[in-house]
Amino acid sequence: MLDKALIGSRRYWIWIIILLALIGIGFINYLRQFNYGLGITGMSRDVSWGFYISQFTFLVGVAASAVMLVIPYYLHNYKKFSKIVILGEFLAVAAVTMCLLFIFVDMGQPMRILNVILHPTPNSILFWDALVLNGYLFLNIVIGWATLHAERKGIPPASWLKPLIYISIPWAISIHTVTAFLYAGLPGRHFWLTAIMAARFLASAFASGPALLLIVALLVRKYTKFDPGREPIQTVGKIVTYAMIVNVFFFLLELFTAFYSKVPGHMHSFEYLFAGYEGYGKLVPLMWISIILAIISLILLINPNTRRNETTLVLGALAVFFSLWIDKGFGLVIGGFIPNPFETVTEYWPTLPETLITIGVWAIGFLILTVLYKVVVSVREELGDVEVEH
Amino acid sequence: MSLNRREFLKITGLIGLGIGVSGVNLLLRGRVDASEFLSSPESLVAERWAMVVDVNKFKTEEDYRRIIDACHSIHNVPDFGNKKDEVKWIWTDEFEHAFPEQQNRYLPEWVREKPFPLLCNHCDNPPCVRVCPTKATFKRKDGIVAQDPHRCIGCRFCMAACPYGSRSFNWRDPGPFIKERNPDFPTRSIGVVEKCTFCVERLAKGLEPACVEKSNGGLVFGDLADPNSNVRRLLSTHYTIRRKPELGTQPSVFYIIGGEENA
Amino acid sequence: MYDGGKIIVGLIIFLLIVTFPFYTNLGRPVTKPTPDLNTPVIKQLKVKECVESKAFMRAEHMKLLNEWRDSAIRNGNRIYINSKGKHYEISLQKTCLNCHSNKDTFCNVCHKYAGVKPYCWSCHFVREEGRG
Repeated sequence: MLDKALIGSRRYWIWIIILLALIGIGFINYLRQFNYGLGITGMSRDVSWGFYISQFTFLVGVAASAVMLVIPYYLHNYKKFSKIVILGEFLAVAAVTMCLLFIFVDMGQPMRILNVILHPTPNSILFWDALVLNGYLFLNIVIGWATLHAERKGIPPASWLKPLIYISIPWAISIHTVTAFLYAGLPGRHFWLTAIMAARFLASAFASGPALLLIVALLVRKYTKFDPGREPIQTVGKIVTYAMIVNVFFFLLELFTAFYSKVPGHMHSFEYLFAGYEGYGKLVPLMWISIILAIISLILLINPNTRRNETTLVLGALAVFFSLWIDKGFGLVIGGFIPNPFETVTEYWPTLPETLITIGVWAIGFLILTVLYKVVVSVREELGDVEVEH
Repeated sequence: MSLNRREFLKITGLIGLGIGVSGVNLLLRGRVDASEFLSSPESLVAERWAMVVDVNKFKTEEDYRRIIDACHSIHNVPDFGNKKDEVKWIWTDEFEHAFPEQQNRYLPEWVREKPFPLLCNHCDNPPCVRVCPTKATFKRKDGIVAQDPHRCIGCRFCMAACPYGSRSFNWRDPGPFIKERNPDFPTRSIGVVEKCTFCVERLAKGLEPACVEKSNGGLVFGDLADPNSNVRRLLSTHYTIRRKPELGTQPSVFYIIGGEENA
Repeated sequence: MYDGGKIIVGLIIFLLIVTFPFYTNLGRPVTKPTPDLNTPVIKQLKVKECVESKAFMRAEHMKLLNEWRDSAIRNGNRIYINSKGKHYEISLQKTCLNCHSNKDTFCNVCHKYAGVKPYCWSCHFVREEGRG
């Protein structure tokens, strides 16, 4: 079926070439980084994790969101999702691949990556993260490909797929929870040392992932003959809405604990992010943009009229996606390192090579997404299965 | 007999798996036989190494410089010349930064202004060891939190986990930034984490850590588990504090905060 | 064969590329590597022997170094008793490289011949060079 990705319109190929160019630029910069060292990024002794790890953290959420389609369809027979479950699964494949690539480009000695397997360390959460991420990637590739193949052949999916699909549901929750545990178990970082970290991760995952899925599904409808259908899109929109409400609520809970208790360790990172701390405030404008986007998204998504209108729905989804991208991508990871254990501030901002490598990895993810979606669309077109559903 | 593509792939896969499994024994061949590895007879041994820092014995800036240089020179610690990339195994900072949770603005001036030597605390319950995915950082039986730079993959999880900021990363190749190499000790490479090791290589030769040796009594190193050791004597006769004790890491570096005699 | 012309041409190009190292090196003389053992420290040794025999070292020195590494760093055991019962301090820096201080004419000679690039040298170094 992969050969279907080799046939496409001019617009398709231009998009592929743009992605390949971005990947090429990213790769060249990665070689520069490999030669010079991770010092080519903005990371420092104090902020020892930066853009790469924050992108990975955000994308784990996007990957887990496939489960938001799998649960209704496979566990509760919500037939309306029948045409778009595959889109969720393939989005998960692209997202998890990006996660693994971001971890790889962040490593100081990537040639030694097999040490994680040669010297397994169950007490390390990173060990489990490596396991569950790879497992989830494998599950989604197999499930997505086999179900699509069966659909193309016009036969029911193989029986051994059912247990895999059921496993993928708690597995999706696990990739998220384990990634949250990377942060939530560190005694020295008060910004992260909170039980609600895993819950916040899940809530923001189920908001940002389906939001991206919604946007991509609408793009598929616009540029191909495959229409995911109005009602499935509406349901996804409702999922995004509720998840975003919960996410914002959890955030407010954190603010309460920090600022009502007035314990300095709890407050200082929030102060740095939203008001500036001891004269340092590089991230303040960005964080407030995140807040404003979150408010806009809630207005657009909660109001049923704007949610039913697909234009405003897309705007709401974009607002959710970028708000949470800033929140996880800059706020969460960088905020955990500032102030440092000495209560002083070393600021962080990604450098140009770091940004180009990041864009390169995102481009790889989008390339995988494009290729896989092209296969789905072509298979559906071949089946004649492309009437617009209402 | 005719074979369809699926059957061909299945058979090829099984053959490949078979070859792979039988090849595993190639990996197990060639171990070094029957030689022995011993610990050196002159090693200093302890059940639980610890350090007591008496800042009152540090009078001048030179006193601090001497201990830092002792460590950084024999261990080929690089000087990158900027704060972003800096690598340090032992350094100093003021009370409010060394003990931020014990800060109060009415502390005597000599406490507020005195530099405190800071280094890895070789905790009893180290979060860095807990999170390392390859056991590149691990806890020895004698309590020292050791670093294996051969195994480190440079993920920096340990740096995130350390509550004390004791760990440094080689953001660049340290080679050109080492002033004068000590040929009896290797350097580290790009992309690995490093920190104070309580001079395990010196302990193996019966020597105290370099900083202790050059501290003129400001740093005292001994066995916490031995009730008659030098550190235990100091701990039983002075009030000492440790960094961030509420985190449960059980650091083994103790700081004597003196009394009015220092005012 | 469908598209047979393109396939055969492609195969020929592939074979040409894959066998490139072989035909471009045809006839080039390959000399056996001769590592140089005449270092100042070795010249002064009364009995010229290494930690283990030459045959063993030639075949197994990398495995020995791996075991040394784990023994010293991970187990804290820094004395090695060789097959003849002699004690050595486990240290690439202080034991091996003390005698074999001529990395370029000793270590590198065989490594270049075998086409291996051990990453030991990113940290371990030889006295004069200052950098491995």
